[in-house]
Amino acid sequence: MSGAVTGLTKHQIARRAARDIPDGSYVNLGIGMPELIALFIPDDREIVLHIENGLLGMGPSPEPGEGDPELINAGKKQVTTRPGAAYFHQADSFAMIRGGHLDLSVLGALEVAANGDLANWSTGREGAIPAVGGAMDLVSGVKAVYVLTRHCTRQGTPKLVERCSYPLTGPGVVDRIYTDLAVIDVTANGFEVVDLPPGVGFDDVAARTAAPLRDARPA
Amino acid sequence: MIDKRVGSPREAVAGIGDGDTVMIGGFGEAGSPIELIHALIDHGAGGLTVVSNNSGSGEVGLAALIRAGQVEKIVCSFPRSANSMVFPDLYHAGRIELELVPQGTLAERIRAGGAGIPAFYTPTAAGTDLEAGKERREFDGRMCLLERGLVADWALIKARVADWQGNLVYNKTARNFSPVMAMAGRTTVVQASSVIEPGGLDPEAVITPGIFVDHVVHVPKPHHESELVARGARYP
Repeated sequence: MSGAVTGLTKHQIARRAARDIPDGSYVNLGIGMPELIALFIPDDREIVLHIENGLLGMGPSPEPGEGDPELINAGKKQVTTRPGAAYFHQADSFAMIRGGHLDLSVLGALEVAANGDLANWSTGREGAIPAVGGAMDLVSGVKAVYVLTRHCTRQGTPKLVERCSYPLTGPGVVDRIYTDLAVIDVTANGFEVVDLPPGVGFDDVAARTAAPLRDARPA
Repeated sequence: MIDKRVGSPREAVAGIGDGDTVMIGGFGEAGSPIELIHALIDHGAGGLTVVSNNSGSGEVGLAALIRAGQVEKIVCSFPRSANSMVFPDLYHAGRIELELVPQGTLAERIRAGGAGIPAFYTPTAAGTDLEAGKERREFDGRMCLLERGLVADWALIKARVADWQGNLVYNKTARNFSPVMAMAGRTTVVQASSVIEPGGLDPEAVITPGIFVDHVVHVPKPHHESELVARGARYP
């Protein structure tokens, strides 16, 4: 592996991804790093956030003492609504998801493979409690799927791989990946780097990716 | 005259029998009919199959029902919770069965069951470990799985307002699974914070029409699960 490299913080990754979400999009943000995107939506864009437990038009966290335990997001944290918000039941919520009505799903990952396979729900570890939530529905129906993740695990193992070793959430579903080290498109030719943060070189990323990587940055 | 009111949660769940299938509304604590669940614990029916999105938190509500040993099997999308070891401990001990279902498939299986549709195809989970044992069929170039509709002997749900005929309005994201469970329960019991005369709800604003509801119980100030958990409450 090449020498030490400092990439983006998780907030910077979320800010970078927020930049690419078009005005007028209906978007579902997964639990964890993807949720941070809500903090960085540019002021000049209206983006409607969907939460799968039954709300379009999610707003920020409530002021202390002003929340309602029955107004929560998929991570079971209290949220608020924005003007134009709507509540609905679970079958309608997943009709939006599965029926292709949402523009974008942003999820975390354990692994992403060069063919777009996503593993993010189970390590398959003996004795772990299996829990899937709405992830498999999201990847099966939403028009585009972005992943936000650290490029490597805490142990330094690459999360972008040739073939996933963990159980799949969905086959061939990921369109784009935002990490601390790069923005990478998943194409018919595998992983293609489309953007790098300052101070990170293509070789730094390639050395930390366990699959072939093409440099597709605009000249 | 149609009047579906009953006097207490205990009365409302008195007909639940050993081995029954019980759908329980809620996503996390939002919409969890905690007083009806506690009445079911007092009632004591066992060998239950519970259909619910989660497996409860702390040692109250659904987690307490599971801890009481009354649940033989849970049909669920996300049985993990940061603050409850009740389900994991029983699961590891082999004392409770889990049928793991993706959340949208769970919602649609319940909706289908309530709508008289015995089965349907969905692309969700095709090509994953959760397709094991399911019939696969390709539609328009996409692999899909055959999923069965779900019905239950009972549905226990929570609403903000009910009228005597069972027309319901919910509170915010507490609506979640309740409207589809009301359809899929052969007997549907609702606890409502407010119970009013028929005519008091705008027909345009009714979310669950009363035909799907059998018993209405007035629970004026329902507990919030997170508040009970925060103070370490246990039921009973």
